[in-house]
Amino acid sequence: MYQLLKQIAKTGIKTEEAPLADETLRVLQQRLQEGILKHLGRALAIRHVDAGSCNGCELEIHATNSPYYNLERLGIKFVASPRHADMLLVTGPVSRHMETALKRTYEATPDPKLVVAIGDCGCDGGIFGESYASCGRVANVIPVDVAVPGCPPTPLAIMQGILAAIKSQS
Amino acid sequence: MAFEELGINAAPLPGAMPAFHARIDASELHAMCEKARSQKARLVTLWGSDETTRGGGYALHLALAFPSGLLWLSVPLDRGHPHYPGIANIYPSADRMQRAAYDLVGIHAQENPDHRKWLRHGAWPGGVFPLRKDFDIANCFPPAEDHYPFIKVEGEGVHEIPVGPVHAGTIEPGHFRFTVVGEKILRLEERFGYKHKGIEKRFETMTLEEGARLAGRISGDSTVAYAWAYAMAVEGATGGTEPPRRALALRGILLELERVANHLGDIGYLGNDVALSFGFFQFWRLKEDLLRLNSQLFGHRYLMDMIVPGGVARDLSKREADLLLDRLEKVRGEVATLKSIYDEHAGAQDRFIMTGQVLPELAEKMGLTGFAGRASGIRHDLRVDYSIPPYQQLKVQLASHTRGDVAARVSVRFDELAESIRLIQALVQQLPSGDIRVPLVDAVSGRCGVGWVEGWRGEILIALEAGENHRIHRCHAHDPSWQNWPALQHAVIGNIVPDFPLINKSFNLSYSGHDL
Ligand code: SF4
Repeated sequence: MYQLLKQIAKTGIKTEEAPLADETLRVLQQRLQEGILKHLGRALAIRHVDAGSCNGCELEIHATNSPYYNLERLGIKFVASPRHADMLLVTGPVSRHMETALKRTYEATPDPKLVVAIGDCGCDGGIFGESYASCGRVANVIPVDVAVPGCPPTPLAIMQGILAAIKSQS
Repeated sequence: MAFEELGINAAPLPGAMPAFHARIDASELHAMCEKARSQKARLVTLWGSDETTRGGGYALHLALAFPSGLLWLSVPLDRGHPHYPGIANIYPSADRMQRAAYDLVGIHAQENPDHRKWLRHGAWPGGVFPLRKDFDIANCFPPAEDHYPFIKVEGEGVHEIPVGPVHAGTIEPGHFRFTVVGEKILRLEERFGYKHKGIEKRFETMTLEEGARLAGRISGDSTVAYAWAYAMAVEGATGGTEPPRRALALRGILLELERVANHLGDIGYLGNDVALSFGFFQFWRLKEDLLRLNSQLFGHRYLMDMIVPGGVARDLSKREADLLLDRLEKVRGEVATLKSIYDEHAGAQDRFIMTGQVLPELAEKMGLTGFAGRASGIRHDLRVDYSIPPYQQLKVQLASHTRGDVAARVSVRFDELAESIRLIQALVQQLPSGDIRVPLVDAVSGRCGVGWVEGWRGEILIALEAGENHRIHRCHAHDPSWQNWPALQHAVIGNIVPDFPLINKSFNLSYSGHDL
């Protein structure tokens, strides 16, 4: 126990300053009202859906919870069910075998809801493109508010995308 | 030349790994596999191909690992009735691979106990085979229901818990069907294929060079291992393009960096899963430091696209090499401290020990591979078994354990982490001078190449056949998860449902690498 506490004390606080929203990642006009945004901005619940990624984007989503980025301190939390979520964070090209599951998850998420597509694959299908097995970009299957490019996008870029989605445009 | 072990003629394949190729008749397949099994040869992978554009029918291929090297067996199959005797009774891990080969190529394993589809859900109808040459990659079918008959277990107090494909955390999609009594797991049945995105078909639209980027995206957490295996296969298929020694050393550094990053992250998560969130924060701090260093030295946090056919894409300067040595020394020290905290943490050890056990005998039967195999007494590591450059002079230490539980997998991961740091340091210190890339020799259509690499999870194999004009005729990619997923079904039996995430994470298998 002593060693554990010593290690905590030695490590100190590693969390860095949070990035600002990146408005350029927005693909749809802000649909939510000011009042709702104000609430979401303080307590946003995200449900991640891997719709067919190579798992590279997941690595960076995990990293947003690491002590350096510490997404939770911004009031942004990953939740276990779409029914508890305000936002879906979707990775991958949407494989045809995940198309129904993604649509159902979207339907199960209560309104008002936001969708952020992650990675080159989420933005335009990436290297997998469209085929017998892949529907391509996320927007081909459900409406997307913000799309964050990168292969994979860095944790900072992912945070900038999430923040852009909950930022009021007015 | 004669391949003594099986008493057949096999042609040595050019390339870094000792590998041989032979053609056998379907009627010889069973006897050949029995003989291989009796000599403790492992089944690495099995796949199918369409040879109708070359005047043939279809073909079944398998790759077997012998102490002398890899044996790639091709079995030509009749165009009208492409079937062969299934080998799942000899190699149980063949079961799902045979079913996938049917879904994709339409070659049929007879006498297989399980004839359910595997990778196919509703994206294409039965009787249509995407990896056939007359199937157009853009061919889309209206989505259909996926009927999959799970095996039913009945009894008093028995009930089912279906989980997935969308899981509660940031996890890839797959379906787990638990049969439980109270909290105790009686049976687990897995169902995958959700992430199938047509990777192998996509390869066939690419040139040998273009394929490298795709190979690096089969399973993102193993991008280096796949890129290396792919590069090795292309180098073989182009008649033995030899990457410069400096490039090989850099490849070793990249692969070990990938191993270190993954073990750091997973060991952290394993702490988290047993309520030691201290472990998560500490190890993810170290992992993030390493990813940032990767980005600084190589321009990519996960080292994607660094290994290319013919060499590597980026060099390491003397100053950068020194920085790497310095940082790794610090990681080594920190990991040692954290390991002693994990070791002495009674709460964590209590959850780790005897949880999710795969005993050596079962591991051997199922063909468990990689670090999970080594934690269950399977003493194989490609870096040790076939010590080719750059591992030749490094005397890689094989980490192993025999208890096969979560604790054993954690222990092997810690050992491999430390060993990888030592290997990187040694490789950096002895970095040969010279070029980092050579041009590829032109590929001759029909030539085969094999890439076989010990990734952090286990052995990754790429089997490649060149087509006309430097294009890909067939590229089969194999992830070690194919062998290890079925073993997970056994590992959870008798455990409680809440321990499933812990057991699952201790293996951390790839869905994307499996579903292709
Ligand atoms: S964007 Fe890149 S990292 Fe993300 S899923 Fe696609 S290929 Fe993988």
